[in-house]
Amino acid sequence: MDMFEWKRKSRMRTIGRALGLATMATVASGAAHAEDAKTQYFPLATFRVGAYASSGIPVWAGEIDYFRYINEVEGGINGIKLVWDECETNWEVEKGVECYERVKAGKNGSPVPIFLPHGDPISKALTEKSVADKIPLVTIAYGRTEAIDGRVFPYSFPVVFSFWSEASSAVNFIAEKVGGKDKLKGLKIATVYHDSPYGKETQVPLAHLAKTYGFEDIQIPVPHPGNEQSAQWAKIRQLKPDWVFLRGWGVMTPVAIKTAAKVGFPVDHIIGGIWSGSEEDVRPAGAVAKGYLAITPFPAGADFEIHKKLKAHILDKGLSDLKDPKSFGSVYYNSGVDEAIIAVEAIRTAQAHFGVRPINGEEAQWGLEHLDLSEKRLAEIGATGLQQPLKLSIKDHEGGGAGKVLQWDGEKWNVVSNGWVKSDRDLLLPLIYERAAAYAKEKGITPRDATN
Amino acid sequence: MSTIGSDTVEQFVAADTGGRSTTIWWRAGAVTALLALLAALPLVASDYWLNAVLIPFLIMSLTALGLNLLMGYAGQASLGTGGFMLVGTYATYNLLLRLPELPLPVSLLLGGIISGLVGVIAGLPSLRIKGFYLVASTLATQFLLEWLFNQYGWFSNYSTSSSISAPRLAILGRDLSSPAGRYLLTLATVAVVTAIAVRLVRSQTGRTWMAIRDMDTAAAVIGIPVASGKLKAFFVSSLVIGIAGALWGFAYLGTVDARSFNLDRSFQVMFAIIIGGMGSIVGNYLGAAFMILLPILLDHVGTRLLGGAIDAGQLENFQRAFFGALIIWFLIKEPRGLAALLSQAAARLAPLIERRSRHLRGGRA
Repeated sequence: MDMFEWKRKSRMRTIGRALGLATMATVASGAAHAEDAKTQYFPLATFRVGAYASSGIPVWAGEIDYFRYINEVEGGINGIKLVWDECETNWEVEKGVECYERVKAGKNGSPVPIFLPHGDPISKALTEKSVADKIPLVTIAYGRTEAIDGRVFPYSFPVVFSFWSEASSAVNFIAEKVGGKDKLKGLKIATVYHDSPYGKETQVPLAHLAKTYGFEDIQIPVPHPGNEQSAQWAKIRQLKPDWVFLRGWGVMTPVAIKTAAKVGFPVDHIIGGIWSGSEEDVRPAGAVAKGYLAITPFPAGADFEIHKKLKAHILDKGLSDLKDPKSFGSVYYNSGVDEAIIAVEAIRTAQAHFGVRPINGEEAQWGLEHLDLSEKRLAEIGATGLQQPLKLSIKDHEGGGAGKVLQWDGEKWNVVSNGWVKSDRDLLLPLIYERAAAYAKEKGITPRDATN
Repeated sequence: MSTIGSDTVEQFVAADTGGRSTTIWWRAGAVTALLALLAALPLVASDYWLNAVLIPFLIMSLTALGLNLLMGYAGQASLGTGGFMLVGTYATYNLLLRLPELPLPVSLLLGGIISGLVGVIAGLPSLRIKGFYLVASTLATQFLLEWLFNQYGWFSNYSTSSSISAPRLAILGRDLSSPAGRYLLTLATVAVVTAIAVRLVRSQTGRTWMAIRDMDTAAAVIGIPVASGKLKAFFVSSLVIGIAGALWGFAYLGTVDARSFNLDRSFQVMFAIIIGGMGSIVGNYLGAAFMILLPILLDHVGTRLLGGAIDAGQLENFQRAFFGALIIWFLIKEPRGLAALLSQAAARLAPLIERRSRHLRGGRA
C-alpha cells in the first residue's frame, strides 16, 4: 500500500475520534480555536539521491517508522495524527531553502511545528529565515554550536549533542581509558578533520580543553572529499599521537581507517566523531576496521524497548519505510527514531500547554524550550539507553551533551564506554555564550530575556 | 581555439533599418512596463515565489550575464566563476563589517570592483594562452580562491566554522531583510547592471571584445588593442560576477562558506549561458530560467502527478534524467541556444503579425 493511500485511510478512520477529542479540549480550555485541521503536518526534508543518499535513507526510515507507530498504535499525539510529505534536497543548500519555503506555510490548514533541515549548510542558511517565520529548526548533532544560546538564536535547536560536546566527550572518554582526567597531561591527541566549516567546529573547544588538561592538541586537515590521505597519516606516523580523533564525512572515514592500518596506527586508538561512526562508514573499510571506536548520541542496537514495539507493529506488518531490513537498529536508523521521538515529545509538551490540537512553530518553540525527557519518560517511550535524558531551556537549546562510545567488532557496533560519556559543559558553556554574544553584536540582535 | 563563443546570436537578430526610432520607443516602453510589473510583484507574490524562485533566478541571470561578457562576447572561456562569486561575497562582507558607515550600494560596488581586480590578475594568462588552456588556468583560480577563504580566518572574521552570514541589509535606514526588500534590492541591481551591460556591448569596448573573439590575430593586425581588451573583459565580467556572488550570499541564502561557490557552480553558470545563448543579453535570462526554474517546475509537476505513486527517490532520479534529456534536445534543436530559438520564432511570427495588421488597416480603409 502506498504512503498516501495509507495516510488517507488512517485519516478517515480517525476523523471522528480526532474531532471529538479536539472538541473536548476546546470546551475544557474554554478557548474557542477555529482550527480546521485535525492532523499535525510534519514536512520532511530528505536526500534520497545525491552523494550522501546512502546515509540518509535509513534516517528517514527510522523517522517515518516512529511516526507510523505513533499514528497506528498510539492513535496520534493525544489523538492528533501526524501527516508528512517529503521534499528532496540532494543535501544542497539551494534546494533545501526551496523546500523550506515550499512547506513553511503548512498544509491544508495544518501548521508546521518543527523543520528538520538535515544538512549543516542548509541549517545555517535557514537560521535567520526561521526566526522571521517563527519555525524552530531542530538540528540533532549538527548545526551552529553557538545556537545553544536560545537568547540569541530563538529558533535554532542544536539538541542533544553539539560538535563542542562531541569533542569534549571524546577527550573525557580518553580520560576514562587512561584512568582519570589528571592522566591526560602530556598525552598527544591528533584531530584529523574534514577541511570544511563542519570540520573546523571543534578547533576552539579542543584548544581550550588542551590548555585546561595539559594534553597536546594536533590538528590535521583533510581536503574534501578525502579519498587520498597518505600525507596526513604519514604525518601522524611521524608525530606519534596517543589517540586520533577522526572527524570525517562521507568517503573520508573508510579511507582514513584503511590508511591508518597501512601506516600501522592502532585502529582501536582512533575515535570517530558523530558522522564517522555509522555502519556505512566502517563497512567499506573491511576487516581492518575491527576495533575502531566512535562516539555517538545514537547508539546502535535493535534491542531497545521501542525497537521491539516497532518490530511488532510496523516492520512485521510491512508498514516500514526500510528497504534493507539489515539496517534496522543501525546508527542512522536509530538517529531517525531519536529525532522523531524528540519532535513528538516537543509537540506533546506544547499540547499540554496550548491545548490538544495541531501545534504551530511558535508553540513548538515553547514546547522545545520546556521539553523534559526524564529517565521516567524515556522508560515510558521505551527509549532508555537509546536516548539520553534531556532538559531544555531558553539558555540551553542542547540539553544533553553526552555520547556513548561504540566499538566495531567486524559485524556490528557494541557500546564500550561506561554508559553516557558526559562532556565538560560547565567549562565550555561560557565560551559558547561569549561567541553567541559576539554574533548578536555583529548582527544587531537584542538577546531575549531568559527569566520567563 | 579562438572559436569559443563565435557561434553567437546577434547576427541572427534581423537588423531593422526602417522605422528604427519607433522600434526604440516601443522597446523602451516594453522594458519600462516589464520593470514596473516586476517591481510590483511583491504585492502579490508569496514568500515562496520571492525567496525560492525569483531571487535565485534574478541572481543566476546576473551571474550568467557576467560570464557571458567574458565568454560570449570576448571569447575567453572561464571556469573561475565560483571563485569570483566568493571574492565578491567575502569582500562585500568585510566592507559591511569593517566599514559600516559605507552605504550598502557602495559596499556592493566596491566588493564587485575588488572581485574585478582579482579577475584582472586571473586574466593575465589569457594574454599568452587561449581556449581550453585558458580554461585550465581559470580552473586553478577557482581552486586557489576556495582554498584561500577556507584557510584564512581573517576573511570570515574568525567565525568558528569559517562561514559568514549577512550583516544587516539596509539602504538609507530602510531595512531590507524582508523577502520583498531582498527581492527589490536584487531586481534593482540586476536592472542597473543589465542596462550598463547593454550599453557596453554596443560601445567601442564591446566591438573590441567581439573582434578579439572572432579572430584575435586579425584584430591585432588591424590595430585593436587585444591585451587591454581581454583584461577589460576579465575586469567587467568578474565585477558583475562578484556583485552577483554578494547578492547570492546575502540577499538569497543568508550564509556563505568557502564551498558555497565551488566548481559545480562555475559549471552551472557556464551551462546557463551555453543553453541560453552566448553573446546574447536575453540569453542569460533564458539560460538562468532553464537552470533554476525548470527543475523546480519539474519537481512540482512530478509531485502532483506521481507523488506517492512511486518511490520519492526514484521520482527525483526520473526528474534529473528528464532534465538532462531536455538539455540535449534543446541543444540539438538549436546549438546556439534558447535566445537564437526565440529570435527565429520572432522572425517567423513577425510577417504573420504584419500581414494581419495590414489586413486590419486595409479593412478599415
